[in-house]
Order: sequence, then C-alpha cells, then structure tokens
Amino acid sequence: MKESYNWILNSLPYTEPFLFVNEILHVDDKGAEGTYRFSPDADFYKGHFKNNPVTPGVILTECCAQIGLVCLGIYLLGKKSEIGNMAIGMSSSQMEFLQPVFPGERVRVVSELVYFRFQKIKCEVKMYNEDDKLVCKGVLAGMIGIANE
Amino acid sequence: MLKEEKYQKLKEIIKIYLPEDVAITDIEQESHFMNDLNINSANIVDIVLDVEDAFDIRLENEDMEKMQTVNDAMAIIDDKLAEK
Repeated sequence: MKESYNWILNSLPYTEPFLFVNEILHVDDKGAEGTYRFSPDADFYKGHFKNNPVTPGVILTECCAQIGLVCLGIYLLGKKSEIGNMAIGMSSSQMEFLQPVFPGERVRVVSELVYFRFQKIKCEVKMYNEDDKLVCKGVLAGMIGIANE
Repeated sequence: MLKEEKYQKLKEIIKIYLPEDVAITDIEQESHFMNDLNINSANIVDIVLDVEDAFDIRLENEDMEKMQTVNDAMAIIDDKLAEK
C-alpha cells in the first residue's frame, strides 16, 4: 500500500496564497519529491512582468524550499516526535534558474538531503517542468525545530 | 595538539562564518558567538560541523547548547579529544 503523506501536508505551516505544495510523491530519510501547479490567478503574475506573466524566481525558490526542505524536515522530525509548534526559517539559498515557468504550469521538485543536524536542514534541490526539463536547481538551508521544546 | 594550535584551527573555521562587519581580529577567547561575533544559529551549526571534521570528533545536542563562546568551544573540543 502506498504510504500516505497527508500528515506531512497537514503539518505544513503555510496556507493560501503562500502554499506551494500540492502533492508529496515520495519522502524518505534521504530526500523528498513533490509537485505543485502554479495557479494562473496568482496575484504576482499581475506584476511579474507587466503584460508578460512569468513565475518569479523567488517563488520557484520558495516552492523548492516548501517541498524539498520543509516537507522533508517535517518527515524527519515527525518520526522522532509529535509536531507541535513548529519554528522554521530559511537560512540560505543558492539557486540557478534555467527555464521560465509560466502560469498554469505544473512542476516537480526533487530534494536530496545534505544534512539535518542541530535543527539545521540543508538540501540540494532540483525543479523539473512537465517536459522533465530542469527548471532550476540549487542548495537551500533552513532552521526547523519544535518551539518550546 | 597544543592549545594555541587548536585555538588557531578553531579561529580559521570561525573566520569563514563572520559577518562582514566583524573582523578575524575581533575573535577573542571570551567572544560570544551570537552576541559578540554576530554569527546566527544556522552558521553556528556550520561551525560545529566544520569543527567535527577538522578535529575528527562528534558533538551532541547538549554540546551544542553549551557552546556559547569561543572558550566553550575550546573546552568541548578538549573533552571530545580526551574521550577518543
């Protein structure tokens, strides 16, 4: 039976309009994989760019972080403890952008854990479009832990 | 390994994570990583991971909590090296 990752989705500390995870395809101790479809109605398309909507790089980075870093972090934390008040923040990002992502496109993010120690999680992330072309890649890190622990 | 040698090795690691407004000459044994050297918690983790590699030791969560100053780090390194 396919493992359900709903508990991870339910533990995500984001909501609309800043949730960039639709589905988790796979998570294990080494990494995570998930998808997101950028809604053509998203507000940022009105301004990025004028009459030429393209998904901003920071939003692609955020999507990579939510799927690749945070979903994985919750999975790794959740195996050890109940997820209560989660404290979370991005600490560094180094990204390269190779292909534009237009409104309505679905992307797939794949992450590989570099380390998760002392509440710092660091991953290599890659985002692919529906043609399986690499959209962006990089290294992201953040602090993630249970508050009031 | 001499104390001075250990201290220099640690300083070389800390140097990498100093913010631009802090110089390597600002590092003193009494320096508090966060308050004096302006190093954030994410970079303190990097320092710990580099220290582990450089001294071939492994730190635990309680060591991390105790490691507030450069002196604390020196003491932890000494303890871990002695345990080996």
